[in-house]
Amino acid sequence: MTASAALLSVRDVTRRFGNLRAVDSLSFDIGEGEIVGLLGPNGSGKTTMMNLVSGALKPNAGTIRLAGADIAGLPPNRIARQGIARTFQLVRVLPSMNCLDNVKAGLGFGAEPVWGSAADSRAEALLQRVGMAHRCWTLGKDLTYMDQKRLELARALALQPRLLLLDEWLAGLNPSELVEAIELLRKVRGEGVTMVMVEHVMDAIRSLCDRCVIMNAGAKIAEGTPAEALAEPEVVRAYLGDDVHA
Amino acid sequence: MMALSRTTLFGGVLLLAGVIGFALLPGFVGGYGLSMAINFLMFAILATAWAMFSGPSGYVSLATVAFFGIGAYTVAVLGERLPWGAVLLLAAAIAFLVALLVGLSTLRLRGVYFVIFSFGLAELIRQVVNWYESTQAGSVGRYVFLDITQEQIVWQLTAVLALLFIVGWLIERSRVGFALRMIGDDETVALHCGVNITLIKVLVFSLSAAFMALVGAIVAPRWTYLDPSIAFNPNISFQVLIMALLGGARRLYGPLLGVIPMVLLFEYLSTHFPHLFSVLLGVTFLAIVYLVPHGVAGLIEGYVQRYRKRFPGKRAESDIPKEGAL
Repeated sequence: MTASAALLSVRDVTRRFGNLRAVDSLSFDIGEGEIVGLLGPNGSGKTTMMNLVSGALKPNAGTIRLAGADIAGLPPNRIARQGIARTFQLVRVLPSMNCLDNVKAGLGFGAEPVWGSAADSRAEALLQRVGMAHRCWTLGKDLTYMDQKRLELARALALQPRLLLLDEWLAGLNPSELVEAIELLRKVRGEGVTMVMVEHVMDAIRSLCDRCVIMNAGAKIAEGTPAEALAEPEVVRAYLGDDVHA
Repeated sequence: MMALSRTTLFGGVLLLAGVIGFALLPGFVGGYGLSMAINFLMFAILATAWAMFSGPSGYVSLATVAFFGIGAYTVAVLGERLPWGAVLLLAAAIAFLVALLVGLSTLRLRGVYFVIFSFGLAELIRQVVNWYESTQAGSVGRYVFLDITQEQIVWQLTAVLALLFIVGWLIERSRVGFALRMIGDDETVALHCGVNITLIKVLVFSLSAAFMALVGAIVAPRWTYLDPSIAFNPNISFQVLIMALLGGARRLYGPLLGVIPMVLLFEYLSTHFPHLFSVLLGVTFLAIVYLVPHGVAGLIEGYVQRYRKRFPGKRAESDIPKEGAL
């Protein structure tokens, strides 16, 4: 894929924490409409990379372009307005606000803010879409874990993102919830939302992702379809250790 | 929607009744009654203005008296030189600007750090004024000789309180108020939803500071003599905090419910136990935090919710938890 066709284009991005290079001259592209898995062992820099794209962290070097516009180093609220929405590794809902307001949080401050009664009906529709229509008036803190995850997704979708970042959105779900959640993501994808997902659930990656970028120690060690990328010797070594062949 | 407009109407009628009541009050009560009315109105504005920012955002400020004192000193310095209306506007504007500068540099502090900082800010301003007055102006105290009667103070405060309720109501139902609640719940989420959190926080903080300064300016003529330890008395910040917490800071009308009993209690304590006042203030604070953590407004809403849960037919199902969410 050429850089001009890419929705998100990450070039030579580096982020250091003290002496640690959490992300080390990483480059990759995400095409419009793709679902790309960002994989790697714990501590390989996946969440840091997500934070760099969403603006929670600023890169020390490199460029991050969304549809051609450089967004590296912009504050998160500006990046959200440019069309990047995210969920959090440790799920975050607004605890003292009801589900409808939680979704309106995503509607009211994006590129095209929706407010008033239009926001109410949009929020209800979004809750319905993630299967939570009956939870409109429940407070965020009173939800089950699965429902909090759904609510986070609804809030992220409320921003009408061009790019959706899912940081271990499927983690911690039981097998039946997982099937449901994967189905939900497939539906979202059908509506043309591009996604980058950090994920450890391999079944989900195989069934959802068009491509994978695999990281280790801050650098990209493989890229390709899930089957190809996961079979690379370097990847096997990163996950299982060097002496696996010994 | 129907329920919303009904409560709005109810609030409007109450507000109007309050304004008329206070406007007519001077005709019915004597000097002591007026002085109590001033106390009540003064703390009602301070506590409501405090809660307008600190309630939804969760940023507990002890800088109330800094802005109150700025207002009072604006009058002490400029009261005789400028027309009264200009003095009031200037007092509000100075406090707004100070809050803007302070807010930009410090509203990134969270939790206890912000509390300590805001307390330090009030003390800093007091010391600076103290230093300026004693070294540059020549004497620590100033006299405020203005031809403003107690009645006029009551009327002005009533107007400011009414204005504050209208502004507070407009903010609460606007995107600014909504964003402030998001910030109080989770700043990171607010930020990633596209909210310019610094702008929102600084804006509402400064607005509430302007109202506090207005109060300081309006009540300054009452003192005749003013020095930094009067205008910047930290007890005021603590009293306002206690009142707002007792009433319930997450509702616009909440602080009012705390102001009524507290003004009476503080009046009683300061006349009967003047030397123990600070100690008793602290005890009251502890008692409130332990006994009514969500304030009187929280208690009332808790009862209302339980009642509605028991008799769900009384109102549309959708009304019930929505009320409690705010």
